[in-house]
Amino acid sequence: MKPLDSQKEYQEYVNKKSPNSPILKNCFNAFWVGGLICTIGQIILNICKSRGLSQDVSGTIVSIILIGISAFLTGLNVFNKIGKFAGAGSLVPITGFANSVVSPAMEYKSEGYIMGVGGKMFTVAGPVLVFGISASIIVGIIYLIFNTQAITLV
Amino acid sequence: MEKLGCQTIKFNNPPVITSTASIVGPKESNGPLAQYFDKCLEDEFWGEKTWEKSESKIIKETVNLCISKSGIPSSEIDYCFAGDLLNQCISSSFGLRGLNIPFLGIFGACSTFVEGLSLSAIIVEACAKNAICAASSHFCSAEKQFRFPLELGNQRPQTSQWTVTGAGTAILSKTGNGPRVTHITSGKIVDMGIKDANNMGAAMAPAALDTLICHFKDTGRSPSYYDAIITGDLGYIGKDILIDLSADKGYNIKSNYNDCGVMIFDKDKQDTHSGGSGCGCCASVFSGYFYKLFQEKKLKRLLLIATGALMNSTSSQQGESIPGIAHAISIEL
Repeated sequence: MKPLDSQKEYQEYVNKKSPNSPILKNCFNAFWVGGLICTIGQIILNICKSRGLSQDVSGTIVSIILIGISAFLTGLNVFNKIGKFAGAGSLVPITGFANSVVSPAMEYKSEGYIMGVGGKMFTVAGPVLVFGISASIIVGIIYLIFNTQAITLV
Repeated sequence: MEKLGCQTIKFNNPPVITSTASIVGPKESNGPLAQYFDKCLEDEFWGEKTWEKSESKIIKETVNLCISKSGIPSSEIDYCFAGDLLNQCISSSFGLRGLNIPFLGIFGACSTFVEGLSLSAIIVEACAKNAICAASSHFCSAEKQFRFPLELGNQRPQTSQWTVTGAGTAILSKTGNGPRVTHITSGKIVDMGIKDANNMGAAMAPAALDTLICHFKDTGRSPSYYDAIITGDLGYIGKDILIDLSADKGYNIKSNYNDCGVMIFDKDKQDTHSGGSGCGCCASVFSGYFYKLFQEKKLKRLLLIATGALMNSTSSQQGESIPGIAHAISIEL
């Protein structure tokens, strides 16, 4: 085999040479850390409900507390270590979203509060917002078209 | 000087590397080569407010240290070649704005240090008495520019490399004691279509191979002529590929070849995946480690090949492949 004969062959050769991420270990860590974060959320929810708050209000409180903890840990240089260990486990829950907003805000503070923090805060989370909101609009339109009951409800 | 073959220059009065200096960051200070660097920093900021300012301070202090170690008054240094990784090379131009030596900024990505050494050697042989060259990189400022914010909780792929925080600098002189620059082989841009910015070693290895083979053909030397053949920052994967590819072409470099990116960190303890990278990698390892080996006469003939990936964050987002470059310099006692 001559790996430098063509770009395609070199790419295949490089793929063979490059080690893969330890996928089983990553999945396992993502599973239990993600589960742990959700369990913490559930505990907070149950406590709120047992104090007589409604489901909606309790859910909001859970989000606020998890976002607060994640933002705080990001500022303490701890969340990136959790993220490196747990991957999607800490990234997919709302903790990851908070981290993706706080980390560029910290990073770009050196460029000032307006163009730095303000301008760059959503560089990582921006795509999630744009496509998340776009997707929910499309789903909403489909729901309106196929569910005539919804129109009467509105 | 005279031209040999296609890409090599042979120096008739080989310039002497009279002095070097290196300053590195905290992670490098915990690496296997820590004892060889002139100064190890305790934190990435070094008393500055931003990482960019910190990188400028690192290159400035490294250059000042090198000049004071050499004992040459700075008025007798005729030219300065320097570069780094930040946009428009601000670390070197901001850091060296008070230097008061004619300044030529250069960019060769991570190959900048050897590019600077090559140009300094040419200008010293041609007309200058002394010339200084320097290169720097900083993990935090490079991550900010090329990848994600530092505090973002993401995972790095196994093929990714860790940008070295540090700077290296060398003074070349017409006369003096020390190892001499005998040949330079300037590399061509080689692009084998690798698009993964997290696998720089693989993107740069074909360029290193091209320059390596060209150097041997132009000079008529073989790999065994050198005590050590050292690449800049191919990392573990790139090193492996280069050994493979050069064996394919009939050159066995396995016994005397290593890579600065492999040497500067302890892969298992420091979790640096495929090894170190950045302008500061090759610059600090040469100025710190190899220059001291020359001084102790433990090393007589070194072929230093610095490799660079000539891309930026826009080009990778637009799906462009990564052009590689490699410059070789032969340093002998």
